Amino acid sequence: MEDMIFYDRMQFAFTITFHYIFPQLTMGLSLMIVYFKWKFLRTKLVQYNDAAKFWMKIFALNFAMGVVTGIPMEFQFGTNWAKFSELTGGIIGQTLAMEGMFSFFLESSFLGLFLFGEKLLGQRLHFLTGLLVFLGSWASGFLIIATHSWMQHPVGYEILENGKYVLKNFGALFSNPWLIPSFLHNQMGSVITSSFVVAGVGAFYLLNNKHSQFGKLFVKTGVVFGLVSSILVAFPTGDWTAKNVAKYQPAAFAGMEGIFETEKGGAEIVLIGQPDMENKKLDNKIAVPNVLSFLTYQNWTQEVKGLNEFDESLHPTNVPGLYYAYHIMVGLGTIFIGLMVIATIQLFRKKLYKTKWILWTLLFMIPFPYIANTTGWYTAELGRQPWLVYDLLRTVDGVSPTVSSGNTLFTLLGFIGLYFMLGLLFLLLAGKIINKGPETEKTV
Amino acid sequence: MEIFWYIVLMVMLTVYIILDGYDFGAGIVHLFFAKKDKDKKVITKSIGPFWDANEVWLIAAGGILFFAFPTLYAVAFSGFYLPLIMILWLLIFRAIGLELRGQIKNTIWEAIWDKAFGISSLLLALFFGVALGNVVRGVNLGMVSEGVAANEGHYFFLPLWNSTFSPQAEHLGVIDWFTLLLGVISVIILLIHGANWIIFKTNSSINEKLKKVVFRLNFVLLALVITSLSIWDRIEALPFHNFMDHPWLFIFPSIAIIGLLGLFKIKSFKKDGTGFIFSSLFLFGGLTTTVASIFPKVLPSTNDVVSSLTIYNSSTGEYGLSVGVYWFIIAIILVAIYMFVQYRVFSGKMDDNSYGEH
Repeated sequence: MEDMIFYDRMQFAFTITFHYIFPQLTMGLSLMIVYFKWKFLRTKLVQYNDAAKFWMKIFALNFAMGVVTGIPMEFQFGTNWAKFSELTGGIIGQTLAMEGMFSFFLESSFLGLFLFGEKLLGQRLHFLTGLLVFLGSWASGFLIIATHSWMQHPVGYEILENGKYVLKNFGALFSNPWLIPSFLHNQMGSVITSSFVVAGVGAFYLLNNKHSQFGKLFVKTGVVFGLVSSILVAFPTGDWTAKNVAKYQPAAFAGMEGIFETEKGGAEIVLIGQPDMENKKLDNKIAVPNVLSFLTYQNWTQEVKGLNEFDESLHPTNVPGLYYAYHIMVGLGTIFIGLMVIATIQLFRKKLYKTKWILWTLLFMIPFPYIANTTGWYTAELGRQPWLVYDLLRTVDGVSPTVSSGNTLFTLLGFIGLYFMLGLLFLLLAGKIINKGPETEKTV
Repeated sequence: MEIFWYIVLMVMLTVYIILDGYDFGAGIVHLFFAKKDKDKKVITKSIGPFWDANEVWLIAAGGILFFAFPTLYAVAFSGFYLPLIMILWLLIFRAIGLELRGQIKNTIWEAIWDKAFGISSLLLALFFGVALGNVVRGVNLGMVSEGVAANEGHYFFLPLWNSTFSPQAEHLGVIDWFTLLLGVISVIILLIHGANWIIFKTNSSINEKLKKVVFRLNFVLLALVITSLSIWDRIEALPFHNFMDHPWLFIFPSIAIIGLLGLFKIKSFKKDGTGFIFSSLFLFGGLTTTVASIFPKVLPSTNDVVSSLTIYNSSTGEYGLSVGVYWFIIAIILVAIYMFVQYRVFSGKMDDNSYGEH
């Protein structure tokens, strides 16, 4: 039984982590492509259209990867988490079915038109198809996070005698207090990824002395989008999300902040330290007193509950994992703001394109928003453990009863092999597109 | 309410098979009949802007199944664990075959992804037929042995095959001679369907040859359909009782017969799209006839201890089903508009279209 859950969890974690590499870029990038296309319509400068077309190639490749790795996600609820699906399908299936009906059809129908239809449609309609693709991808994010929010903070349901959860109030799924903060936080995270990718590729061209005009445009656009999104991801959306965790999942909050003991007179914020689960304390701790109380409750001396206040059975299953995931996310987020502030200052002083060290940093920062987004999701998911649906359904009770661990390991290995190949192909092809660079069109 | 969602689900699955079916079929034609590079390109171009949206019908139907009939979704997906995951892998291979082929101009690279696309299309067509066969044949729900269910609820697990390959064995496998027969039928009809699509949407040099292929394969199809009907009573004791009780249901097999017989005139059609309409009719009629024959069951039980899954004992609560109708109606109208726009913009022969490689 233990093995079975372990492999099921690993398979889901692995496939969703790999999957989310792609949508986090496409959601943010679709916004930036729409921006380039809009600038082109406004200014008639062909460079903007060429930029849009270049990023569409990257978008198309990412989108294809996102689709092929996304289909297994929907199937896995049924294959690996059958009890969970049976018990809650009437509720989480509702939002997932809506995602299929409202956003996937929109995205996939207009993506074809967007990619292939520029000449057939004319510029204005082509812009419109891009806008619809953007809307579809953000609607998809919204409905996924509505599903996720129900698992984090279940609302609007009732439990039948046979143990099944059924919907009692449809509107509650969307007025869930967990939903809007998480959605905005996630979308800002996705814009950060696309900003860093656009700026990083721009920096690559500038450092390479190739496609310098595009390099400047990409760096500038990436830095401006990056500054705004890295501030918004922390405040107000991140702050808002964290307060939700403190309010609705206090044990998870204690775990992610690394608070083992409740402290009188206000809680410190931990910057660095390693959780020692045997002795219930943090090693090598560097912390600032009272700040956590202030950030959470706007009161320097308010008490924050430590893990000691909760029964062991309510503790997050993997406290160190949760703690590190959260601290990596926050740490990287802080670095993103710092870098983007400096880059923006240099941009205003008209020195950015010559400041080599910033360009090099932008180039090497490309992987880090992916790490921050992934660890952000890990924070949410590990914080929810040992629950599948918070306070209602435990993970051990959601797994498929008849699928043996040997079969799950077999498919997990298959996914690892297949995705390893997909990852290599993706890097090869994305590298090829980036190395070739944008094509300039003289006439439109 | 259950009946509404059952009809929605079946219509969506049928639309899925008709739409993604033509691009599976195009893949099979591509594998066996397209020898020249130019024809291969034309075939992939003819499905280029569509296949992704076609696949969404599967995802959307899966979502509807999940939400309206969660017990069926959970029991069937965990019970058919291995074949389903393999279908996922094949869908991935097929999609990357299509998407990656044009990214690098190199004969070996192109050959690899052509084969990936063609072979996975072929296997998917086979697997979907086998899947339909499993649903019709039923499974040992609850894993009953000697009158005792080993699992709570309806849960079961099916290996890929057992040693006898018989649909009447006590311990069933996913693949047996009956499900395999439906798999072969599926490959042939989708091959015909895909060929009709290519004839309809392209000026490829193999179009005339494909008409002959469709004509000949149609005889094979007819023979296989008659064979499967004649042995159907070995799978289900009273296969036609729903039709006897509700004679209006005969409209479905009639549609299938019109589609099948119509295809024999393929060589004399005036319009290139006519064949595609007939093969769509056959698919529609065939699938609806099959599911109507087991209604209201959606996954029959092969034992007497655990009852079959029906639309009534596998659905979610009444409120959830009712509230879903509102958003579903809005969504399906939007989907119809999208499809209209999409097929309007890319109307006519695809190789005459000026849309380029991206």
